[in-house]
Parts: sequence; C-alpha cells; structure tokens
Amino acid sequence: MLEMLGINKSFPGVKALDDVTFAVRRGEVHALVGGNGAGKSTLMKILAGATLPDSGEISIRGEKVSITDPETARKLGIAIIYQELNLVPVLNAVENVFLGCEIRKKGGLLDKAAMEKAAAGLFRRLELKVSLKEPVGNLSVAQQQMIEIAKALHLNAEILVMDEPTAALTDHDIDTLFDIVLRLKEKGVTIIYISHRLEEIYRICDRVTVMRDGKIVGTRDTDKLSQQELIRMMINRDLTQVFPASACSGGREVLRIENLTRKGVLHNINLRVCAGEVVGITGLVGSGRTELVRAIYGADPVDSGTVWIDGEKVSIKSPHCAVRCGVGFVPEDRKEQGVILRMAVKDNMTLACLPLIARSGVVNDRQERRQALQLVEKLNVKTSGLTQLVGNLSGGNQQKVALAKWLATNAKLLIFDEPTRGIDVGAKTEIYSFLRELAREGLAVIMVSSDLLEILGLSDRIYVMYNGTITGELPGTGACQEKIMSLAMGAAI
Amino acid sequence: MPGLGAGLSAFWPRLRTRAKPVFSIYTAFLLLVIIASFLSPTFLLRTNIFNVLRQASALGILSVGMTFVILSGNGGVDLSVGAVVSLTTCLAAGIMMNQSSMVLPAVLAVMGVGLLIGLFNGTMITRFKTDPFITTLGTMTVTQGLAMYYTKGAPFGGTPPGFRMIAEGYVGFVPVPVIIFLAVFAIGLFVLRQTVFGRYIYAIGGNQEVARLSGIRVNRYKMAVYVISSMLAVLAGLIMVARVSIGDPKLGYGFELDAIAATIIGGTSFAGGVGGMAGTIVGVMIIAVMNNLLNLLNVSPFLHGVVKGLIILVAIIMQRKK
Repeated sequence: MLEMLGINKSFPGVKALDDVTFAVRRGEVHALVGGNGAGKSTLMKILAGATLPDSGEISIRGEKVSITDPETARKLGIAIIYQELNLVPVLNAVENVFLGCEIRKKGGLLDKAAMEKAAAGLFRRLELKVSLKEPVGNLSVAQQQMIEIAKALHLNAEILVMDEPTAALTDHDIDTLFDIVLRLKEKGVTIIYISHRLEEIYRICDRVTVMRDGKIVGTRDTDKLSQQELIRMMINRDLTQVFPASACSGGREVLRIENLTRKGVLHNINLRVCAGEVVGITGLVGSGRTELVRAIYGADPVDSGTVWIDGEKVSIKSPHCAVRCGVGFVPEDRKEQGVILRMAVKDNMTLACLPLIARSGVVNDRQERRQALQLVEKLNVKTSGLTQLVGNLSGGNQQKVALAKWLATNAKLLIFDEPTRGIDVGAKTEIYSFLRELAREGLAVIMVSSDLLEILGLSDRIYVMYNGTITGELPGTGACQEKIMSLAMGAAI
Repeated sequence: MPGLGAGLSAFWPRLRTRAKPVFSIYTAFLLLVIIASFLSPTFLLRTNIFNVLRQASALGILSVGMTFVILSGNGGVDLSVGAVVSLTTCLAAGIMMNQSSMVLPAVLAVMGVGLLIGLFNGTMITRFKTDPFITTLGTMTVTQGLAMYYTKGAPFGGTPPGFRMIAEGYVGFVPVPVIIFLAVFAIGLFVLRQTVFGRYIYAIGGNQEVARLSGIRVNRYKMAVYVISSMLAVLAGLIMVARVSIGDPKLGYGFELDAIAATIIGGTSFAGGVGGMAGTIVGVMIIAVMNNLLNLLNVSPFLHGVVKGLIILVAIIMQRKK
C-alpha cells in the first residue's frame, strides 16, 4: 500500500532520518514505536508533506509519488490525526467536517441542509455516535477525536496516521476508539498507529516497526514478538557519554511526599529526596513526570497529599511558597517558562533572589552586578556582558541562566525538568557535572528526564512513572534501561 | 586624574546602553524643539516654556501611571484614567464648594474613590482573569457616568482660592504643578530602575509565567500597578480642578488615549516588559510641544488631532524597525 524507500533527512547538527525504509500493507494497523527523538514524527511529517526529505522515494499503491505539500498528501488519501486536535472549538461537528470544503448553493450561500445530511450519513457509516449540533469544544476529547477521524475519511483518506491518540483518553474512551479503529480496518483503511503503550500495540496492531536514532531497527508481526524483545529493540544503546561519579552519602531527608494526588493526573504519589543525592524521575510522554514536579513546586494545584520539607510539614500552594520553603525549579520549557528572553542576563539571574540583595525594596546595584558576574563565571555562561539580552544567547547558555537563578537563593531542593533538552553536547556535560556538584555541596536534586542515558548516568535513585503513578523505585547503580522501559511502559515484570 | 578617567570610561558605556533605546526619540524631540524655535519667536521664552510644562503636567502624571500598567504586559492598559480625572474634578469641587475647610475631606474622598477604582480594576484582572482593555473600558464608562450623574452633566461646584495654589502657585519661578509632575516622574523613574518592585514589573511584562515560577506573586504586583494608575489619575484630577476652579465631567475626556500615546511614543512596548519612564517623559513633551506649537502658529484646533495621530503612527513605525 505504502512504501517509503531510503528516506534521508538532516536538520542542522542532527541526522533525523538515516536511510529509512518503511512499508505498510493495505488494511493493516501498523504500529510505529521508538523513544523520543527516534525519528517517528519526522517520518510522518514527510508522509504528510509537512517536511521535505533530503532524498528517498515514496510510492503509494505501487505508484511513485512526490509529496511536496500537505495538499498533495491529502489528495493521495493520506490523513494525520495529531495529538493536538485540529478542530475549531466554537464550531459544531458538521461545520468542522466541512471546514474548507463547504457545500454551497448557487450564489455562494452555504447549503446547511446538504452538509448536515452528508455528515449524518458519514457518521452513521462509521457508527460514530456524536452530537452534530454541539460546538465541539463542549464535547469530550474522545468525541472530538471521532470528528477528526470523520473529517479525514470524508476526504477519502485511505492511509490514516494516528499520533498517540490515547494520550488524553480515559479507559472507556480508549475502548470506543479501538472499536472504531478495528471497524476502519475492516473497511480497508490502512492505519499507522504511533504509541508508547505496549498494551495498546499488542491489542490492536498487526505489525510493529521500531525506530531508534533515526534508523529502522526492524519490522515484526506483533503476535511473534515478546514484550521483552520489543523493549530491547527500542533501547539498545551504549553508555558513551561521560557522567560524573556519584558521591552520594544519603544525608538528611529534605523532601518527603505522601499520597500526593491530583485528580486524573497524579495518583497517590510517595517519594523522598535526601540532601546530597540526585534523584531521577522518568517515564514516557504523558506519564505525569512534569505534572508531578510542577505539583511539588506549587505551580499546579493538588487535591490531596502531605509534603514535608526538612522534616517540617508544609503546604505549598504557589511557587512563591515553594521558594520560601527553599525549593527552586528549572522548568522544561526554557523559552516560555525558564528565562525572560527580552531581559538582560543579569536581571534574569537575580530574579529569584532579588529581595536578598535589596534593602527596603531598593536593589543594591553593585552587589547585584557582583552576584551576576560570579554566576556567569561559575557556570561558564558565554555572553558578551551582563546586559546582553538572554534571547541572544544559545540554548545551552540560556539554560545555564535559568539554572543560575536559583544558585543565589537559599534553596535546599532544586528541581530540574529536562535540564538538557535541545542543548548541545558540550553544554550538556557541563550541566551534568554542575548538578552533581550541587548535590555534593549538600543540596537535594530532582532531575526529570526522558533520556534514559541521562537518568542512568546521573541518578543515585530513580523513580519511574506510568499513567500518573510511580511504578517503581530503582537504585541508580544496577538499574538497566530494560527494567526502566518495562516500568515506564506499564509492562508487568 | 586617572581616577576620573577610569570612572568616566566605566560610566560612558553604561550610559550608552541605557540611552540606546530612547536615543532616537530624544533626537526627534530635539529636532522638534529646534524647528519650533525657528517657526515661532515666542517658543523659547521662559514664560512659554513653563506654560508648556504646566500644560503637560496632568498628562505627564497620568502617563507615569500608564507606563507602569503597559509595562506590566499581558494586555495591560488602563482606559479608566480619563474618567477618573473627570470624576475627581467633580467630586472635589462638589465637596469643597469654595470652602477652605472642606479641602481636606474632599481630597481624602477622591483618594478613596481612586483607590476603590484601582482595586476594582486590579481584582477583576488578576482574580477573574478578565481582559484589561475591556475591564477598564467598563470602569471608564461607569466612572464617566457617575461624574455625569453627580453634576447633572454641567460644570459644578468650586474650589477655594487657597486650593488654586496647586495649579497657579510658584516655587521660585517654577509653577507648582510642574514640580509635582517632575517629582512623580522622578519617583517613577527610581521605582522602575532601582527597586525590587520595578524589576518585578518588567519581569511580569516580559513573561508572566517565568515571573510566577521564579516565586514572584504576580497578582499582587499587577494589582498594585492598577492602583498606582488610578491614584495618579486622582492627583492629575486635583491639579486640573485647581486650575479651572470648577468640577467638569468632561475635563478628562480622551485623556487616557493621550497618556497611552505618550507612553507608546516614548518607546514602551505595548507587549510589556520593554521601555520605561525616560522614554515616556519625552513622549509627553513631544505631545505638549506639538500642541503648543500648533497654538502659537494659529493652526486650527480641529487639525491638532490629525498631527498627533500622525506622530503616533510614525513612532510606531520607528519602533517596528528595531
């Protein structure tokens, strides 16, 4: 049905796809799996015409085609349903399905009756039970997804790509979705199913293709492949990067959390972090890692749970409370949450500790400059000066600024969410040794990361999350990628 | 003197980086003054200069508040200040009724009203997450309406002679309102540049979420900004009522737009987080000098709006280029 041959694609500094050959049969549900950065999304973007490959061929139904833009892809019967749904929330199902291809009467007026009739027929054929008149913003995520599917099939899609479709669904909705997927399959629609969840892959997919580091590892029939083998195919990488040695002595308990719950997101989380240790938290996309640390920091509300800091029971209701309790947080989204791009390096660095270098509200300029200068030197930030705007720095140096912000405070616990995402290898290594140094100085450090190498290389202890719960706690030494991956994918071990 | 040389060489680059964003607007102002002095022989006379400054003082005070609000970003703007000026003049003149004994109660009353309006704007915007533009448009309409109702739409009340000193008095040869304006401006400049409060306003305008995650109590500071804006509008209103000696529900009409214009001409970004007082004061002076020049040249007052509008548009284009 679909064949992609020898696809290559490079981005500056990265080879995203390296001679990828990928084939899908007519009418099958084909799983595409791989860790973050494996190349799945890039491959699908090429299929959808959103990105052009550097080289390679694509053929559909045995005919060589050239997909240069999304419009061509649509005409060839390819449709993608992204994780972020592409519907206009204030319009209803009918209006959304016909968006951009409305049926018109003579004179250009909309023929609402004809569209409603056609939509009703379409939904009946697909056996989708969705209210046609309600603005889709009022419908559940599952129902919105069905409307997306209907929209795709209305355009006669024969190849349907679904990117993590169950990420935001409840168990019941997942069942409904799978019924639809199987019905579509019976009708001869070919489905490429991207997912991280093992259980789903085994439940509905006929074959699975594994990608890793921009290459295809292999394609197998799901019924002839064990979970363990599949996991091994996904992770087989070498520990090549250099991580600083751990020197954990397990000091006093700085953070202790019991039964932290945020309805629908986090369920009964228990964890503790001691002074002098780096604790890694990992899990797949949507497992609740970021949500957990944001809840600890007071950035998102929680429904229940108890938190102790330095043995004292505290209630952290806002980031302000957290900072006062001695907690610092370097968020995942550097540009939107970590640093203020239009502000100077100095001003960003002293943002969290400003009251400490001010007297009755007046900032001590000289002390502030000295403070910032020390941080620039300590972290080796490459900047033309203290008044340079942070937006003009490279990603790695921006991250160092986001990190520097907390060093001048009296923080006892620092939380890093994906501290090395999107930065170059040199800066990564510096940040690793820096985190280790912080721990050595007696701070408690939490590092959230989806990079298993990073987690294994740096953590003294590892918590693995799946679906909003902690599925396992492992010691840093002796843990292996396979074990973490099994826990992260919700496999029974 | 090597010490002085070193001091200067350290000072100069700092001054340059600070002056850079407002350099073009200062140049434009200087050009305007030079052109004005050629076009009108009376322009550079001391009496005329103080006249310009005096007329600029109420707008200047409003613009200092507006600068805080716009800098705080996230759509921050305060449309209610013009109406607060109107209501202040009406309430103050109405309570005073030409009696010196009622000056203090009147001032306290209008300050109370200003505080309430600022707190209301701030609460709506921070607590209920309403849009600042729409919210302050609402408060503006209500406040304007109250001023109309209180005065039945016509000028009303009166101020005692002593109170008029605020507008007509001199310290040495400098008019009192000019001193008040310059003091407010200097305080605004200091607060924005040197204090924790000022830095937090820039941070919130630069990126509210980063500010929140850095432990800054964003809502509290945003609230403060709207209160400052309202209270400065009350101050401007008191100066205006002292000048005209009577409450007038239309006195502040359109004032908020002039204050926004002055702030934007001065280089403060409507997106927040970038700009400051040094630009705003020039923005105020450009508008004031322009008005003065058009008057001196006997240009029809009906054309003033056209000129002012064109200046705003040019200023915005200049900012886009950067």
